[in-house]
Amino acid sequence: MTLAAVKTEKSDAPVVSADAKVIAFTGAPKTSFAKMLPRYARSVASNVIPPLITAALLLLIWQIAFGRAGATLPSPTQVWKDAKDLIVDPFFVSGPQDIGLGWRTLTSLQRVGIGFSVSAVVGVLVGTLVGQSVWAMRGLDPIFQILRTVPPLAWLPISLAAFRDSSPSAIFVIFITSIWPILINTAVGVRNIPQDYRNVAQVLRLNTFEFFWKIMLPSAAPYIFTGLRIGIGLAWLAIVAAEMLTGGVGIGFFIWDAWNSSRLSDIVVALFYIGIVGFVLDRIVGAVGSLITRGTAAS
Amino acid sequence: MSAYLKLDHISKSFRRGSTETEVLRDINLSIEKGQIVSIIGHSGCGKSTLLNLIAGLTQVTTGGVLLENHEVNSPGPERAVVFQNHSLLPWLTVYDNVALAVDKVFGRSKSRRERNDWIMHNLDLVQMTHAKDKRPTEISGGMKQRVGIARALAIEPKILLLDEPFGALDALTRAHLQDSVMQIHASLKNTMIMITHDVDEAVLLSDRIVMMTNGPSATIGEVLTVPLARPRKRLDLVADRQYIAAREAVLKFLYERHRFVEAA
Repeated sequence: MTLAAVKTEKSDAPVVSADAKVIAFTGAPKTSFAKMLPRYARSVASNVIPPLITAALLLLIWQIAFGRAGATLPSPTQVWKDAKDLIVDPFFVSGPQDIGLGWRTLTSLQRVGIGFSVSAVVGVLVGTLVGQSVWAMRGLDPIFQILRTVPPLAWLPISLAAFRDSSPSAIFVIFITSIWPILINTAVGVRNIPQDYRNVAQVLRLNTFEFFWKIMLPSAAPYIFTGLRIGIGLAWLAIVAAEMLTGGVGIGFFIWDAWNSSRLSDIVVALFYIGIVGFVLDRIVGAVGSLITRGTAAS
Repeated sequence: MSAYLKLDHISKSFRRGSTETEVLRDINLSIEKGQIVSIIGHSGCGKSTLLNLIAGLTQVTTGGVLLENHEVNSPGPERAVVFQNHSLLPWLTVYDNVALAVDKVFGRSKSRRERNDWIMHNLDLVQMTHAKDKRPTEISGGMKQRVGIARALAIEPKILLLDEPFGALDALTRAHLQDSVMQIHASLKNTMIMITHDVDEAVLLSDRIVMMTNGPSATIGEVLTVPLARPRKRLDLVADRQYIAAREAVLKFLYERHRFVEAA
């Protein structure tokens, strides 16, 4: 298997309030603070508070390191002072090129949405073919293995030449970057469909379409979603890089533009946007995956 | 009377590279409608291969499988298989697992409501209606096997093929399921072929027991007719002379004559 399946991290199990129960059994009259909090609130708190503390500590270190005069990078307070408008209002529009980062992010997301959707559909279909047919695998797999190592930006000049426009070129880069993990994971998933399921399908005489829809997709779904999750991460990485070069509207170009006009604080804010959006995208695909594959993953 | 299912001079070889192994040789067997026939033999004798040949999941090398005088060589719903490890689809509920089969086979001939009734009827036959909305991972091994049987029964096969259906179950659960199979057979009179390695199970359930010699090139060593009247009661049979005699015959074949065949 060429791509190791990425294990999706388990969400932390809610902390069972065993100690609270013990208190109730002994009939002690004192009501503990933990007992009064509903269980879900406690589990939320135990998941949210640690990262908040870490973030606060990092901000503090950052402030100490770059807070003095003449530092090469802006400190957190400096960023807040310089780029307050970008932080507090993501969706302002003050002019054709002076818009909130929310709008720019949405433009980038739209490109990712188109490119990633196409690569998901094509990746799953071609991956199914490669997983199902030995000859398709022998013919295509070596080519895919070579193509998938090409860095996203190396595709950009070629696609610019082909499409003669920046937006479709950026979308193509998304597509070509995110399709490989989807394709390869789907192929692995299809190859791993248990013979039992194939036998069931044969006895029932399911046709190709029914087999694909009712057996193959659900059975390979955990693999497919692993591929989709890696794919969306790569797509988000690629769009920022591609937009830096193609220009126009988008979070990537915003960074490049800010660098050219020495607005370092704006870049810092944009980095946070990119990180948070990437995190959210990953979690969305992960959540959809665990919702859809809850039957298969449990077996 | 011509046979319902006829295995005519079947042999099966597997080829791997340049070496060819003959697994089954010259299998001849006729099965009448409504009979339960067990196939028993030591592991590796090709019992499962034989069942897969009848199911059409593997192809015969020579000879043929005839069902009602028509040759069959690909899988189809008229020969339903109950697989050893149940083979339920884990992403579907119990109901949906049966529905997958029913919708495929009766999608045109029965209305939605009729199909629903038919699914519930078959789940009722194996006493699994209470778990219809559960997924296979949420029910016990015996229950899964019951659902597997319901799925096979629901497509109204001409012949029901059971591949060591109770092999993975504990003794008590197995006894329950054997009783269920006998009840179902009493009411539906299905034709069944069952692979087993359990002598008691073979004698209790079967009209005839097919004893296989050891592989490679396994073939039918003996066929024993079990003359016990139905319905059969497990407890009454314990001291029954015919039961004991049949049991002894199978054991002797497996542990005496079988060794002789192997040495020859």
